[in-house]
Amino acid sequence: MSAGTVIIGASHAGVTCAAALREAGYTDRILLVSEEEGIPCHRPPLSKGYMTGAVSADSLPLKSASFYQEDNIDLLTGVKVTAVNPGQKNVVLSNGKIVSYNYLVLATGSKPRPWHGADLPEHVYTLRTVQDASNIARRAASLSGAVVVIGGGYVGLELAATLRTHFKKEVHIVEMAPRLLRRAASAELSEYVAELHKKAGNFLHLSCPVKAINAGHKTTIDVVLHDDTVINAEMVILGTGIVPEQTLAGEAGLACQDGIVVDKFCKTSDEFIFAIGDCSRFPVAHHAQTLRLECVQNAMDQARVAASVIVGEAKEYAAVPWFWSDQLGVKFQTAGIIEDGMTCVVRGEKSSGKYALFHFYSNGRLGAVETINQPALHMLARRLLAAEISPDMQQAGDVQFDLKGLIGK
Amino acid sequence: MPELIFHQRDGSVRKVDAKSGVSVMQLAIQANIRGIDAECGGACACATCHVYIDESYSDRLPDLTDEESEMLEGVAAERRPNSRLACQVMVDDSMDGMGIEVPDRQF
Repeated sequence: MSAGTVIIGASHAGVTCAAALREAGYTDRILLVSEEEGIPCHRPPLSKGYMTGAVSADSLPLKSASFYQEDNIDLLTGVKVTAVNPGQKNVVLSNGKIVSYNYLVLATGSKPRPWHGADLPEHVYTLRTVQDASNIARRAASLSGAVVVIGGGYVGLELAATLRTHFKKEVHIVEMAPRLLRRAASAELSEYVAELHKKAGNFLHLSCPVKAINAGHKTTIDVVLHDDTVINAEMVILGTGIVPEQTLAGEAGLACQDGIVVDKFCKTSDEFIFAIGDCSRFPVAHHAQTLRLECVQNAMDQARVAASVIVGEAKEYAAVPWFWSDQLGVKFQTAGIIEDGMTCVVRGEKSSGKYALFHFYSNGRLGAVETINQPALHMLARRLLAAEISPDMQQAGDVQFDLKGLIGK
Repeated sequence: MPELIFHQRDGSVRKVDAKSGVSVMQLAIQANIRGIDAECGGACACATCHVYIDESYSDRLPDLTDEESEMLEGVAAERRPNSRLACQVMVDDSMDGMGIEVPDRQF
């Protein structure tokens, strides 16, 4: 019997890969190793619904416990992989066991970017796990003073929104870039998001690198901005992004470059090892540069690609990236990849709270669509981008023009 | 306790006892029903928990919101009059015996 597949990391990517292998008829052993304790869970609700109680702990699991039994997937939780030996095709576990593999899938995800300064005082949080979310919610419920969210990316902003609307806190969002969502959204969208947060009563501090986070007096924390302004807070949340978890891969001699380098089949520099999800850096059609994406779609679609290769029905990774964010009662969805230098065309009325931003490359090809409270248009945009069908700019901006009609012509 | 009847892709039928107050999607995940992917975990963002619900129960289902209706336009399988997103249908006692068919694909 073959040694089967070992998957390291049991979040969206790892769990989906195990499920996809079985769905495709894979009968060898599957071992899913998770450093975290407990049944693998959805992470997106942690910054919003889980914290407000709208999403209960019961509905967080990605799959039920019976799934792992019925599909004969060995789920090992609370165990770390301490080494990968590509030469011997085995991994070493923190419980001392050595497990052989036929294929290895690295779904190691990412970790919050380490803070560059001195030791952090108490009541400074990062959000990655269910436990982190519970800790933040408990602290938020018990304090009366201000909260500082450092980092204006999606996770930081969702937390800021939750802390404002549900916990009724005074929230300061501190961002070193001149605008919010510098990496993940267009300038046009980030301007709208900034307006929403201001309207909700949140304080924005843009172009404000943080110089220091110091213990204040008793239970407070001083956040010192670059210009020596001090914000006194009772809780600080670091939403300063993540770094890919590539330690094992690097130590095993696999090619890494801000992510584990893979080809369009999610294969690393070792032909028996794959890397999927947040930790992988992959090539993209029409793009000179490789990408690393931090979203559920990428994790799940790459998981299916790796599974397809393992079962001998290799499919290339060619999915259109997409993600969503819910904050302040608004659903934001993005399809495609936003880049600098694109031309933005607005479809619909911004003032109605339901509109979309179509982004075109200089050659006139549609590259990305950001929708605001327009889920159907988002679904349509994904279909257009996947089929590489571009409306022209005038069509994109004309709400009377039937974009659906472009498909199937 | 209402009992829901899932018709899976492979033709098999699974009867599942439901607690009131959970969504059909949550129930399907908990009962390990195949073919209801629910990639977004119930945020009404992905349209991968598409199901067809027994039409004779349509008056007992929650009304279709604009958001759900719009998302249904983007489902991978055929949209039918009885199409719903399972994450948006909360189970209650009146749904006892309701049949739920899993479509042929979700993405």
